[in-house]
Order: sequence, then structure tokens, then C-alpha cells
Amino acid sequence: MTEYTSPELLTINAARLLRDGDVVFVGVGLPNLACNLARRTHAPNLVMIYEAGVIGAQPARLPLSIGDPTLVSGALSVCGMYDIFALYLQRGNIDVGFLGGAQIDRFGNINATVIGDYSHPKVRLPGSGGSMEIAAWANRCYIITPHQKRRFPEKVDFRTSAGFLNHRQEREAAKLRGAGPQAVVTDIGILEPNEEGELILTALHPGRSVEEAQANTGWDLKISPSLRFTEPPSEKELKILREELDPNRIYLKGGE
Amino acid sequence: MSKLMTLSEAIQRYVHDGDLVYAAGFTHLIPFAAGHEIIRQGKKNLILARATPDLIYDQMVAAGCARKVIFSYMGNPGVGSLRIVRAEIEAGNLEWEEYSHFSMISRLQAGASGLPFMPMNPTAAGDLERVNPNYRQVIDPYSGNAVVVVPPLKPDVAIVHVQRCDAQGNAHIWGIIGEQKEAAFAAERVIITAEEIVDESVIRSDPNRTLIPAFIVDAVCPVPYCAHPSYTQGYYDRDNEFYLQWDEISKSRQKVQEYLEEWVFGVPDRVAYWEKLGEEVHQRLKVGERLSAPVNYGLY
Repeated sequence: MTEYTSPELLTINAARLLRDGDVVFVGVGLPNLACNLARRTHAPNLVMIYEAGVIGAQPARLPLSIGDPTLVSGALSVCGMYDIFALYLQRGNIDVGFLGGAQIDRFGNINATVIGDYSHPKVRLPGSGGSMEIAAWANRCYIITPHQKRRFPEKVDFRTSAGFLNHRQEREAAKLRGAGPQAVVTDIGILEPNEEGELILTALHPGRSVEEAQANTGWDLKISPSLRFTEPPSEKELKILREELDPNRIYLKGGE
Repeated sequence: MSKLMTLSEAIQRYVHDGDLVYAAGFTHLIPFAAGHEIIRQGKKNLILARATPDLIYDQMVAAGCARKVIFSYMGNPGVGSLRIVRAEIEAGNLEWEEYSHFSMISRLQAGASGLPFMPMNPTAAGDLERVNPNYRQVIDPYSGNAVVVVPPLKPDVAIVHVQRCDAQGNAHIWGIIGEQKEAAFAAERVIITAEEIVDESVIRSDPNRTLIPAFIVDAVCPVPYCAHPSYTQGYYDRDNEFYLQWDEISKSRQKVQEYLEEWVFGVPDRVAYWEKLGEEVHQRLKVGERLSAPVNYGLY
């Protein structure tokens, strides 16, 4: 079997969730790599939108920040920040948003703000950025994260962005235009929301186990009755990632 | 009327202790030279507002210029934590006021438009609205549904770096335009720093590219390489290596002090700073040419 790193596994599985024609609100790092991989495989018409105000970016080199100049040169359009959030996101023109955070809870709510008390923070994190709005208004959201118990508490310390709140019905009552988190891709497998909006284990990566997933989750992780194994990363996917997208292994190194 | 002056003179005249300062630029065109000049002049008790404080505010906070920060994403972009601002907040030494990107920019939009508030659709996340009383909910009088509103942000002074402008302050900007226009229109006073000062005819040759008109501008400062280690589209690249280096420097207060001594207090202005960076950095940040197709405005 081909060897691969954990970031490669995450990126490839995230790329497979994207559909041809998707308009994706994308960040740097693994989401950027996942979008570029999807564009070079099954989703050539995917459109990448960056919160810096860049639409239809075709980065010629690996962007190292959300406002990298390579995103602008050759893009379809560039607009101001108010417009990207209002006309594109709030108006409902974004299919997919990628989210990350220090904590993700049982109902897919995310904390990117603070560990401990807000006024007297134990650990001060960067904060929302665009994630509060992306989580609410993108049609579908995906989360890429290492699978660790401290990242998956029963309840987040601070709700920076909304998943299903305390139940899918609660999100529906809030009348947010987006459908909420659709999948959490981890290095052990994939979690997806059930009818109640609770994240349950729906897939395992090759060689990983249910016990491992449960031991690294902070709530009593339920297992889908139709649990499947993901396809291992293909030679083609790995080759594109390694030779074209991140040849210097800036994001794909692994061994964390 | 020409508003040309040195950056040092502009900061002296238009930035006062206690001011709410908005140094604009989302990753792009961040006016680092102005931040350094504010540090050199020992300005105090500033309220520093930016969607992304970036290294410019990390350095100004480290130098003791600020009593408060207003932000929506406090990180070292592409690298990780913004160590000084973070440590000062965790230690209880620095006040802060926090938004999401859209609500931060909506505040500027309200300020720039002369509106009493700006409405946004609810996000249901809740906690940021709970801890920041500037978020309010009102009922949309048309639908009866709740909307979230934020008040205008009106900086005392906005500092905006641009590719080129004329001596009066009509400014051309291209590339990522972030919140440059909104910050300028929202502010009481506006300082423009520019890579190039050009004749008014150059501005008039491409009026769609003018984001800021002269009559809202107070000072025009010619400051080539103002944005380093950030960048100016088409002029020089972002110094990603320095963003990584700052992550190391900012782990130690002594190293931060040494950095400020050498690179801020140790140089009189941006010309000397750029010289001091040296040939290797100049070469590394050089960018090639990628011209847009010309447009015909027509002869009428």
C-alpha cells in the first residue's frame, strides 16, 4: 500500500467532497490544496473565492497567506471585503465553506475564539475572521481537523460559529440560509450529522478503527449503521499534491 | 492644493495621543512605515482598529503605543498566533473589542456612509453578540424578522497606502482592495502614503481605479516600500520569510526590543529602512510584469 501523511489523507478526502461547479469560499493551507486538487481531478469548473475579495483565483504558486498577491494575478474579479461578504456570502452565492477551529462539539458548533473564560482568557485564539458568517450562510460547510479528544469536546467553551446549536431543529428555527456542517474530515475518518444534527462516525480511513475514533472524541460517539471505509489516496491524487501543488511540503509534511 | 509632506510631518500633525487609528489593508498595502513612524514619535494610548491587526499592530502594541485593539481576526496570517497582542490580552494589559470580519467591515461601511448602524442577517452563533454589547438585534420593520445591527466605526485617523496618487490625494489602488475605501470615508482625517506620486493626468487616464478622492484626504506622503513586510501589488512581493521570522522574534520580549531598536528607532525613515534590508531582500521581493489589457474610455 502507498504511504501517505496525515495532511495528505485529510486533503484528499476533503477534495472528494467537492462537486464540479461548486463556488467555494476557501482558506489557505489544506482547504486551498483540496480545492486545487478537486479542480485538477473531478471538478474542473470549481470556482475558488477568497475572503480577501478574490473571485476565481488561479494561483500560479502556493499561496502562503489569505491575501497572497498570486491570488490576484489572473483572477476573474477582485472586490472589497464588504462586497465579498455581502454580495457573495450573505446573498447566497457560496456553495461551500471550509471551517476550522480549536474545538468542534457534538453538534458541529466551533470555537475559534478562546479557551476558558472570555474576559480572562486562558488561551486567546485568533477569533472569528469570516467563520461566523461562513458557517451560517454557505450552503454546505466542511471542517478539516486532526482527530483529538481536546478538539472534540461535548460542548465548545465559546460558540464562534454555529453548527446545529443544540439540535438540528434549533438551527432550522434560526432560519439560517446555509445547511450547516455536512462533514468533518479527520485523520481517523469522517463524521457527519445525523437527523438530530449530532455528529456521528460515518466512515473510517483504511487501517483505522471505531475504538480509535471513540477514544479520541469527547462525547459518546455514535456509529452509523452504514459505516464505510474511505478509498485510500490514489497514486494520481498523491502525485498531483506532491509534484504540482505543494512540492516543498509546506502544508503536507505530516508527523505532527 | 498640494498636500505633499513627509510621513513624519503627517504623523505629527494628524495622529494624536488617544486617537482611534485605522491603518488599512487586508494583508495587502499595510502601511508599516506609518506604524514605525508612530512608534518613533512615541504616540500613546491609541485605540488600534484593523480587521486583522497583523504584525504592524503587534509591533505598535509591543512599543507601548496602544491601550486598546479592535479586530476580527488576531493572527499572524499564514503563520499562526499574533504573540504580543495575544500575550497582552491574556495578561490583562490590553483592552480589546472583537467582531467577525463581516460585522467589523459593516461598522466601517456604516461609518463611511454616514449611517447610524448597519444591519446584517443573523448567524445564530450568539456568543460574540453576548460578550460585545455593540451587537444589537432590531426588528426589520418590513418583514418582522430580527436583524443584527452594529454601530458605525469612525476612526479619528485612517492611514491608507496606495500604489499611486497625485499631489492632492486622488488615489489609485488595485489588487486586494480590502477596506481601504471604507476606512478613508469613515475617518475624520486621512493620511495617504503612496509608492508613487503621479501627475493628475495619470489619475484622469483611469478614473475607475480611483478609490479615494482628494477632498477627503489631509496628507499625501511619498513612501516607496511603505508596506514591507506586507506588499504592494505589482511593485514588490510579500516578505513571507519575515512573517515567519517575526513568529520567532515575538517569542522573546528582549528580541522584540532589539528589533524595534534596530529597525524602527535605528533608522530615520523608510528610505533608510529599505536600504538596510539590503540587496538580497530587494531581489527576493522583486516582481515581474503582468499588464492588464488597455481599456478605451473613448474621446467625447
